[in-house]
Amino acid sequence: MPAEAEKPMQEKKVSKQAKASVGEGTIKEKVQRRSFISWLAVAWVAFAAATGGFLTMILRIFFPNVLFEPPQSFKIGPPEEYEIGLVDIRWQAKFGTWIIRDSEGIYALSTVCTHLGCTPNWLENESKFKCPCHGSGFRKSGINFEGPAPRPLERYKIVMADDGQILIDKSKKFQYEKGQWSDPEAFLVV
Amino acid sequence: MESFKDFIDFLTQPTLMLTLSMVTFPFFFPINDWFEKWNRRLRLNLLWTNAGLVVVMLGLALFFVVGVQDAEFRLIMLKPDNVPIVGLIFLVYFFMWVSMKQASDNDARLSSGKKPNEYHDPDEKVLVWPDLVYVEFISLILCMCLLLVWSIGLEAPLEEPANPAATPNPSKAPWYFLGLQEMLVYFDPWLAGVVFPTIIIFGLMAIPYLDKNPEGSGYYQFKNRRLAISIYMFGWIILWVLLIIIGTFLRGPNWNFFGPFEYWDIHKLEPLTNINLSEIIYIKLFNTGLPSNIFLRELFGFIVVFGYFLVFPPLLAKTVLKRLYLQLGNFGYGVFVFLLLCMLSLPIKMYLRWIFNLKYLIAIPEYFFNI
Repeated sequence: MPAEAEKPMQEKKVSKQAKASVGEGTIKEKVQRRSFISWLAVAWVAFAAATGGFLTMILRIFFPNVLFEPPQSFKIGPPEEYEIGLVDIRWQAKFGTWIIRDSEGIYALSTVCTHLGCTPNWLENESKFKCPCHGSGFRKSGINFEGPAPRPLERYKIVMADDGQILIDKSKKFQYEKGQWSDPEAFLVV
Repeated sequence: MESFKDFIDFLTQPTLMLTLSMVTFPFFFPINDWFEKWNRRLRLNLLWTNAGLVVVMLGLALFFVVGVQDAEFRLIMLKPDNVPIVGLIFLVYFFMWVSMKQASDNDARLSSGKKPNEYHDPDEKVLVWPDLVYVEFISLILCMCLLLVWSIGLEAPLEEPANPAATPNPSKAPWYFLGLQEMLVYFDPWLAGVVFPTIIIFGLMAIPYLDKNPEGSGYYQFKNRRLAISIYMFGWIILWVLLIIIGTFLRGPNWNFFGPFEYWDIHKLEPLTNINLSEIIYIKLFNTGLPSNIFLRELFGFIVVFGYFLVFPPLLAKTVLKRLYLQLGNFGYGVFVFLLLCMLSLPIKMYLRWIFNLKYLIAIPEYFFNI
């Protein structure tokens, strides 16, 4: 019963408010049709300018003043520092590369899993790189053999510098599935 | 106690657990009369009664109370990341119970010729303010209290500053993405990370357009919508919630499977030498090398994948899904069956991996195209 009694009262209230909020008389007198459009243009220009300025500020973020990126090419000492048959992980944290020396020579593997880009761990006992994210496994050579990784780890350009140190250039990559591992720069004969 | 733990470890091997849950699933959510008969005969419908709620909740609680005594399981269970998943297990069952109890009540009413319970809901309306907003406001305050206590009681699992060269082992996604992470183990990243999530979202959006069954509109009921509810619950409970549980409790270092009471041995050896379909066919079967022509090499993969999506829709339309096909028409049925096949491709791919060590059906790493 009380709900019914309230109903007409509420309706009255709403209609009264509606009239007051539109304020028919006042706005019509002040803003003409023509001036309204020019005001609208001003408003749009201001809006576009503000948005544009804001977007420019956002774009600026993508060009930082200082970049803490390790150099793409670096020297890692003479070949004698690397033992035959071992996977050297000393440059993993700094440069993101593993140095592996076998009986014929030295190659540099990328530490980026080819599945989704996590950093695998080198497991000495199992003699494999194992990714902690989805379980991809790679042999010492970089060949993928378990888990979902679709292709082998990439190798970096590795050459001898003039001063007898090994020079690695990460800007040049060699992919096994494209047959690039046979490139002379993908493998340093020692 | 040890034998109980060993039994749980045995039972929770994901291969066994997924198989068991998939085989028993239609008995819990019967899709036809035969399963419904067995559902009643095995008394599985008691799950949705008050007694069922008490028994399941107490059983789950007992499991966790006993489990937390174990040092290995305690580490997993009380890890701040994983505590919500323990809660999730209770909540998922509770909310399933809330709807399924009302549904089975209404099923019983409808079969005895009565109107559903909701039909007798009072007609009088309540006001948004204060009736609804007040309740929402109080729930909001209660949730805030809970979150405050929770965040103070369990420290945030913060780690050292991020380092691209050191990935934690195991590296787990946030809990709500663990299903996707599990999917990523079996599929190429662009499929499991981009295509499937998009299909899931659009598939969920398509449900109201595909499910035009007026039965149960405005009230809970199961019997006349059993296919729709069962398909949804299969995707939700098995392919999403169960995978989250597997990811939380059963995935350990190097993303290997571990039983809940098993020691997380980083050197656990699981030989998983995976090969592609092309290698199985050309090298193992034909004893020849892989052809250098990519298309020729992956021909059988293309046949399998296209065959899967081209053969099954008309086959199902003529057999088990005949009624649905007539109801939905060509387009609606096509969308429905495509979504269904996509959903089923996940367990299919999981079994192919587990049984045949199959990595990819189509493997063209040269062009980042692997299925």
